[in-house]
Amino acid sequence: MSTADILRVDNLKQHFYINKNLTIRAVDGVTFQINQGEVFGLVGETGSGKSTVARTIMGINMATSGEVYFKGRKISEKKIYKQHKKDIHRNMQIIFQDSAAALNPRMTVEQIIAEPLKVNRIIDSKNGLRETLERLLLEVGLDNTFRTKYPPEISGGQRQRVAIARALSTSPDLIIADEPIASLDVSIQAQIVNLFQSLQREHQFSFLFIAHDLSIIKYICDRVAVMLEGRFVEMAATKELFENPLHPYTRSLLSAVPVPDPIYEKSKILLNYDVRSKNTGRMIEVSNEHYVLQ
Amino acid sequence: MTKPVLQLVNLSISFDTPQGEVEAVRDVSLSLNKGEILALVGESGCGKTVMSQSVLKLLPKTSRIKQGQIIVDGDDITGYKEKQMRKLRGSVLSMVFQDPMTTLNPTIPVGKQITESILKHEKVSKEQARQQAIEMLNLVGINNPEYMFSLQPHFFSGGMRQRCVLAIALASNPKVLFADEATTALDVTVQARMLDLLSDIRHQTGIAIVFISHDLGVVARIADRVAVMYAGKIVEIGTAEEVFYDPRHPYVWGLMSALPSRAREGEALTSIPGMPPIMLDPPRGDAFAVRNQFALEIDYREAPPMFQISPTHSAATWLLDERAPEIMPPILPKRRASA
Repeated sequence: MSTADILRVDNLKQHFYINKNLTIRAVDGVTFQINQGEVFGLVGETGSGKSTVARTIMGINMATSGEVYFKGRKISEKKIYKQHKKDIHRNMQIIFQDSAAALNPRMTVEQIIAEPLKVNRIIDSKNGLRETLERLLLEVGLDNTFRTKYPPEISGGQRQRVAIARALSTSPDLIIADEPIASLDVSIQAQIVNLFQSLQREHQFSFLFIAHDLSIIKYICDRVAVMLEGRFVEMAATKELFENPLHPYTRSLLSAVPVPDPIYEKSKILLNYDVRSKNTGRMIEVSNEHYVLQ
Repeated sequence: MTKPVLQLVNLSISFDTPQGEVEAVRDVSLSLNKGEILALVGESGCGKTVMSQSVLKLLPKTSRIKQGQIIVDGDDITGYKEKQMRKLRGSVLSMVFQDPMTTLNPTIPVGKQITESILKHEKVSKEQARQQAIEMLNLVGINNPEYMFSLQPHFFSGGMRQRCVLAIALASNPKVLFADEATTALDVTVQARMLDLLSDIRHQTGIAIVFISHDLGVVARIADRVAVMYAGKIVEIGTAEEVFYDPRHPYVWGLMSALPSRAREGEALTSIPGMPPIMLDPPRGDAFAVRNQFALEIDYREAPPMFQISPTHSAATWLLDERAPEIMPPILPKRRASA
């Protein structure tokens, strides 16, 4: 294993047992790694298991089988997870889609951002805390007047900025963002995407970016994996995947993305892919770093 | 010229709140012809939903029509009471909302929910209504409609549920359908099929559709005409080609260039700085002026009127006035080669 990868996921499975006749295989054998400072995109439709991947990596749900290595440590094992709990909590942060639900409505912005700093004992002194808070707010493009506000008082875009500041506060090595811009307006989406990009360049954290919007993925990610029913069907560098999609599902997904261009859009032919068709096999490397399920 | 099925004349709608009057829709005029799909685009809070719900009179009691007229199929319905509106809803005007699960009753089979709407509006026997409902399910592209007729909504996937909602909305042959973010909650592949379905139904039945969305890609696929709203006003209206290839309002320029598919590789996305205004106290001049890099001095003093660019295309910005200085729009949208 190279030292360059910050996160390595090996044949990860997450099955939810409902009753003796039904087990939902939300994630069914997923393998990938994220390198230091890389932006890795995960695309898929509702129910494809992309959020479950994020939750399992975070340790919110324990994996059914398979391994998760974070900075070389096998954190999917309970004992090792407990041993390095502090380090994991500090260096792995998540941003959720719905900022209204992710932030406690009864805490001020100040309290929300300071909480991880206090819990992880990163900063103890009051003065240090204030300075860090100011710096963090400034970094996400908010000014000092927001410190005393409560989440319901501010707009969705601003709330998402607070959630980003909270994730950044512990200077993590890996940030997982689960549909962070899906609930925002177009012009605000652009603001947040720009913010992510400039922060990522500055802090060089690794980034697992989950989205269903392919145009955002194309813009922000270095590498992309396409997920379908708990499995990857294709994984490649972003440019390669968009220029040379090989799996029929990836092609149908790309053809369905609406393009803001009426004449092109109205003459576009959709490619259909029956999701019930055979979805077994193995990921095979067809060209350099381009994997397809075959 | 054919008579428009829906016409709004200088419509203004306000909400009375403890903080004061919120002007949600301000002086909106538009018309919709038979078989036409008009897309209403805008950010959240710009008044697109309020405008469409005001036509169906679904707004809460705190709202009031301040001025203007709503004309449906030649009749002025502005002053209609609830009893009169009930006759119109479903048979003339119909609406599809974003979330199919909250629209449908989870305990009643979908077929029954469709027949309910038919029996309410038409004098038919139960058996005829059942036949019509099955036809409707067939029309919206549900396979094996006789079997699906007796299933509850939870047996259906999100896309199928939205089709059922559409079947209910279309059951008694309305003349105007309002689709309020009807495809937003769906996956891209399902969404694309739903859009094509709406387009097909329009050709088959001649229904006029007001399609409310914030996704310009979706709008490009479905709309004949596009109206862009900002802060309760229509800032630009025209055919889809005119608005997408030759936008004139700075806000529309901003929206277009904020799209990631328009960004050039390695460059930051262009975003519109600032936030939409709070409509509790709308600015006196052009509401977009503070976020507009091309704002003129007059923008802060006086709201711009609609300037006519072509018979179908008009925009509300002082930049179109003959006294305005020449400026270069920030982007020139490219037209793609057709697929």
